[in-house]
Amino acid sequence: MTVTAISSRRRRGAPQGQGVAGWVFVTPVVIILGIFLVVPIVMALWVSVSDWSGSGSPFTSQVHFVGAKNYTSVLNGQGLTAQTFGLAVRNNLYYVLYVVPLQTALSLFLAVMVSRRAMKGRSFFRMAFYFPSVTSSVAITVLWLFLFSGSGVVNKVMSYLSISGPDWFNDPNGVGTQLFHLKESGWLATGNFLGIDWYQWLAGPSVAMSAFIIMAIFTTSGTFMLLFIAALQNIGEDTEEAALIDGADAWARFRYVTLPLLRPTLYTVITLGLIGTWQIFDQIWIGTHGGPAYTTTTPAYMAYDTAFSGNWGKGAAIAFILFGIIIVMTLVQRLILGEADATKMTRKQLRLDRAQRAASAAAAEKTTGRAR
Amino acid sequence: MTTTSITHPAPTDTVRRRRQRRRFGTVGALIVLIALAVIYIFPFLVQISTSFKTEGDAANNPMSLIPQTWSTAAYSRLFNNSDFPLWARNSFIVTLAVTLGRVFFDSLAGYALARLKFPGRDAIFYLLIAVMSVPGVVLLIPKFLVINYLGIYDTFAAMILPLLVDAGGVFMMRNFFASIPESVEEAARIDGAGTFRIFWLVVLPMARPALMTIIILSFQGSWNEFSHFLIATQSPGLRTLTTGVATLASGGLGGGTQYPLKLGAALLMTVPAAIVFFVFQRQIMNTTGGAVKD
Repeated sequence: MTVTAISSRRRRGAPQGQGVAGWVFVTPVVIILGIFLVVPIVMALWVSVSDWSGSGSPFTSQVHFVGAKNYTSVLNGQGLTAQTFGLAVRNNLYYVLYVVPLQTALSLFLAVMVSRRAMKGRSFFRMAFYFPSVTSSVAITVLWLFLFSGSGVVNKVMSYLSISGPDWFNDPNGVGTQLFHLKESGWLATGNFLGIDWYQWLAGPSVAMSAFIIMAIFTTSGTFMLLFIAALQNIGEDTEEAALIDGADAWARFRYVTLPLLRPTLYTVITLGLIGTWQIFDQIWIGTHGGPAYTTTTPAYMAYDTAFSGNWGKGAAIAFILFGIIIVMTLVQRLILGEADATKMTRKQLRLDRAQRAASAAAAEKTTGRAR
Repeated sequence: MTTTSITHPAPTDTVRRRRQRRRFGTVGALIVLIALAVIYIFPFLVQISTSFKTEGDAANNPMSLIPQTWSTAAYSRLFNNSDFPLWARNSFIVTLAVTLGRVFFDSLAGYALARLKFPGRDAIFYLLIAVMSVPGVVLLIPKFLVINYLGIYDTFAAMILPLLVDAGGVFMMRNFFASIPESVEEAARIDGAGTFRIFWLVVLPMARPALMTIIILSFQGSWNEFSHFLIATQSPGLRTLTTGVATLASGGLGGGTQYPLKLGAALLMTVPAAIVFFVFQRQIMNTTGGAVKD
């Protein structure tokens, strides 16, 4: 195929020859992305509005169109599926709420600390903080199951401080319940949003989920630290020095000079964080299979679990609802934080900027291997 | 304190005080960083030592960094009495195939999108960006549907083909090729070289740094991939290190907690990724940052 492209190019001259070669060059990518990304989405959209049971092809006459039935059975707040989905959204919402701000703050803090010129052993610290990002979700979850086991390292450390630690991954109690002594009675037992009452919404992440929250912060802070370090290098020392001459002290320099310049990176990190945290799946499958008492079930895990136990329509529907959640979350974030200096950018710049962000997202996702 | 030093500029005094404060700040910062580094490294040290402990020792002394009695039982079990070697072989096969595929196809397409003029180029470029923005986990079920429909479920093809190309890598290569000057290629073109020859002999050798990035990212991505293999295969013979160790984590070999065995397996599967990290740390530290030139 390539050979013909070469000879035809040579004979016909640049433009047409380039046309053929261009298509030959992109064909493998187009075919693979088409078959394994575009076609699957169309197929899953059909399955999500069908009653396909998993056996045979989903395109035979035995498979029927059922409208939005699969979607409503997940979202109408009635029945077991809807309740589990409500719990899954709650679990994941708390996960996002804790992980995104904490990992952003920690990675920024680490980056600023290891970027100080006066700091000794900077490269050692960078490596130490980045190393957890290199490990696979499987390896780190296995380690976490050990560290957070009933008689594990974490509880040992807590016992030195005279605190008796919980049996982390087997403890379904909500952290919120324990801190605020909530009880499922009175008005808390009323209400129904996505099939669960106010008490369950307020109960907070379970102790088991908290262990996953700590793990996420531990493993992603290094990756995001690198993004901040790069941004700090771009800002350069000149700006800092100018502020230094103006007599600003360290905190003022950081708050009024560095932080505003870091805004685009901050935006990227928060966006990547939001997208990544809604996709938590590997850790749940390996660590808890959604237990105890569904308190670590997430929409991503539930989609998988539902589909592979035979309810393909519902499973696919949950996957698309999750897609919707992720889109809405990033839009909400865009509304709150605003497109980085959108007014000052021309359209072309904006497009380029967005593309670059997408690329960095892809890169970061691959480096961690854990973003999903 | 801050405001006084700003509003009352008393040169010598302020400078001295600031210098003092900075020196204290540096020492304080160093202590904080060391404490944090201990928190980040300690879990891995415990992992190493636990893999050499006996089961009872691991349960009774989870914190100790030195085993009471050294035992390599976990490792001999892994190598002689489990599927671990098979998982490792499968992981190497998949990682090698995926990395080679990505290096070749990503750079080929990236070059075309950056340099060659052909109808539909912009459409493909925007399609690529659209594809990149679909969250991976949403695609799990859809991917299974297609793999199943094509009849390749539970084969190496199902594990490798969907990973053989990645939109992010194409995008990176496109950006790289767009950033290098066109003059060299023009000279080759005048000499009558065909497009593929120019790409293969002239352009690709110049792209070594970018190719290294793709290699590192592909290696880490496919070595650590879990969810795709989970939905693409079911037979024990096709388990990779990730899916294999994951089943080990939830089931184990026989009774007991088997922490030495599990942690040893997790440690061994991290070794290749760690080696790549330490060898290419300069590139890795720069790549991830370089991708976000704001």
